[in-house]
Amino acid sequence: MGEAIVVTSGKGGVGKTTTSANVGTALAIMGKKVCLVDTDIGLRNLDVVMGLENRIIYDLVDVVQERCKIHQALVKDKRFNDFLYLLPAAQTSDKTAVTPEQMKKLIDQLKQDFDYIIIDCPAGIEQGYKNAVSGADQAIVVTTPEVSAVRDADRIIGLLEKEDIEPPRLIINRIRNHLMKNGDMLDVDEIVSHLSIDLLGIVIDDDEVIKASNNGEPIVMNPDNRASIAYRNIARRILGEAVPLQSLDEPEKGVIAKIKKFFGVRA
Amino acid sequence: MKAQRPYYVTIKGTKDGLTLYLDDSCSFHDIVNELDSMLSKRQYVQENEPMIRVTIKAGNRFLTEEQEEKIKDVIRKKRNLIVDAIDSNVISKEEALKWKEEADVISVAKVVRSGQVLKIRGDLLLIGDVNPGGTVMATGNIFVMGALKGIAHAGFEGNRNAVIAASLMKPTQLRISDILSRPPDQKEPSFRNDMECAYIDENGTIIIERIQQLAHLRPNLTRLEGGIMNG
Repeated sequence: MGEAIVVTSGKGGVGKTTTSANVGTALAIMGKKVCLVDTDIGLRNLDVVMGLENRIIYDLVDVVQERCKIHQALVKDKRFNDFLYLLPAAQTSDKTAVTPEQMKKLIDQLKQDFDYIIIDCPAGIEQGYKNAVSGADQAIVVTTPEVSAVRDADRIIGLLEKEDIEPPRLIINRIRNHLMKNGDMLDVDEIVSHLSIDLLGIVIDDDEVIKASNNGEPIVMNPDNRASIAYRNIARRILGEAVPLQSLDEPEKGVIAKIKKFFGVRA
Repeated sequence: MKAQRPYYVTIKGTKDGLTLYLDDSCSFHDIVNELDSMLSKRQYVQENEPMIRVTIKAGNRFLTEEQEEKIKDVIRKKRNLIVDAIDSNVISKEEALKWKEEADVISVAKVVRSGQVLKIRGDLLLIGDVNPGGTVMATGNIFVMGALKGIAHAGFEGNRNAVIAASLMKPTQLRISDILSRPPDQKEPSFRNDMECAYIDENGTIIIERIQQLAHLRPNLTRLEGGIMNG
């Protein structure tokens, strides 16, 4: 029986889809059977970020409305053997095409066959959010070090408290070290103490992430990138390992850097 | 029956006016009848004299609102008399519970997050923060053992004596009864690490002070003996 984890944030554009794609892929790389579920019906993105857009035949709404079986709608990611699947959202319907009950039933079915189900939640707190949360056992709240994103994260955490799921964990995304150091951006400790939930990981802002997304290859597939390491660390923490937080300092050039990087990966 | 007990109503004069002691073991009907006859029979009052205030002591009798109104009615019909207060030793369970509620300190351990409203009767003791966008409301005082960064509304049913205290006072807005205040727009560096409290001063504006001042400002906050005040 697998675990369903919803990735949510309230605010749009903080990196829910990127996080879902990367955490899911990282878990698959670590040998877990993972299914990514895109619940952003009408504005689907996860398939694009994963580079699987052209393989979609059926979608989530087709499954729920029983136009096809689940396994027909699942898109297999061939890069990861049999470990990573995607259940895409419909692009032609809207959020009201699915009810929370149907969603819960669907996720429960998926939990039979997968170790982890990563649910990519749409922005907002309306129907789409309610659908996404209904089947989840755990929640990850994604925020960026901006006041508006933290405010929305706070709101979402309050709403998640009402659900029958474990206390949510936090990912702080798009950290820009120089801004944080100057005090122009909220720092990690400030955000964690404000939201008072457990920190699951921090991810620095890296141009490579955007590049990789545009190419349909999640950044975790590049083992040397710092954002990739961050996502892999997050996946390891989800699996229950105690991994220390990544240092935010810029990597130094030269031999020392290589040694540090080596420990960075291992640590 | 009435013959055995001549008076259900005893009248005593004090320097503040009259006090009527009502017997609490007879029927209400008897009381009203006797009040009526007694006050018309005897002429306590001369013409042209000022109004006389009447206090009524109902003893261990519970008076409903209609009954109180009835008594006031009977007395009001007599010249120069005005009912000041009706005082009974007993109150209804409902009233008592409400009273207890108002006097209770309700402790809540949680973080009040954006979009959440925590509304209670009585005093609120919040063990946690109030985040921006969150609201706490109480009919009495509000004590926050954490950071108050959202909105706090004390005495929301009109108690101007209510206070708001917080370990870290960084509110979006403070409201006490019908008075509203917000911190100044320019951000001043927080040099004060003291716990702070907010109250309404004699000019009707909300003032922020060190929490230690509360002992002088609102001595009622000390409730060592417990129970209900000014019954």
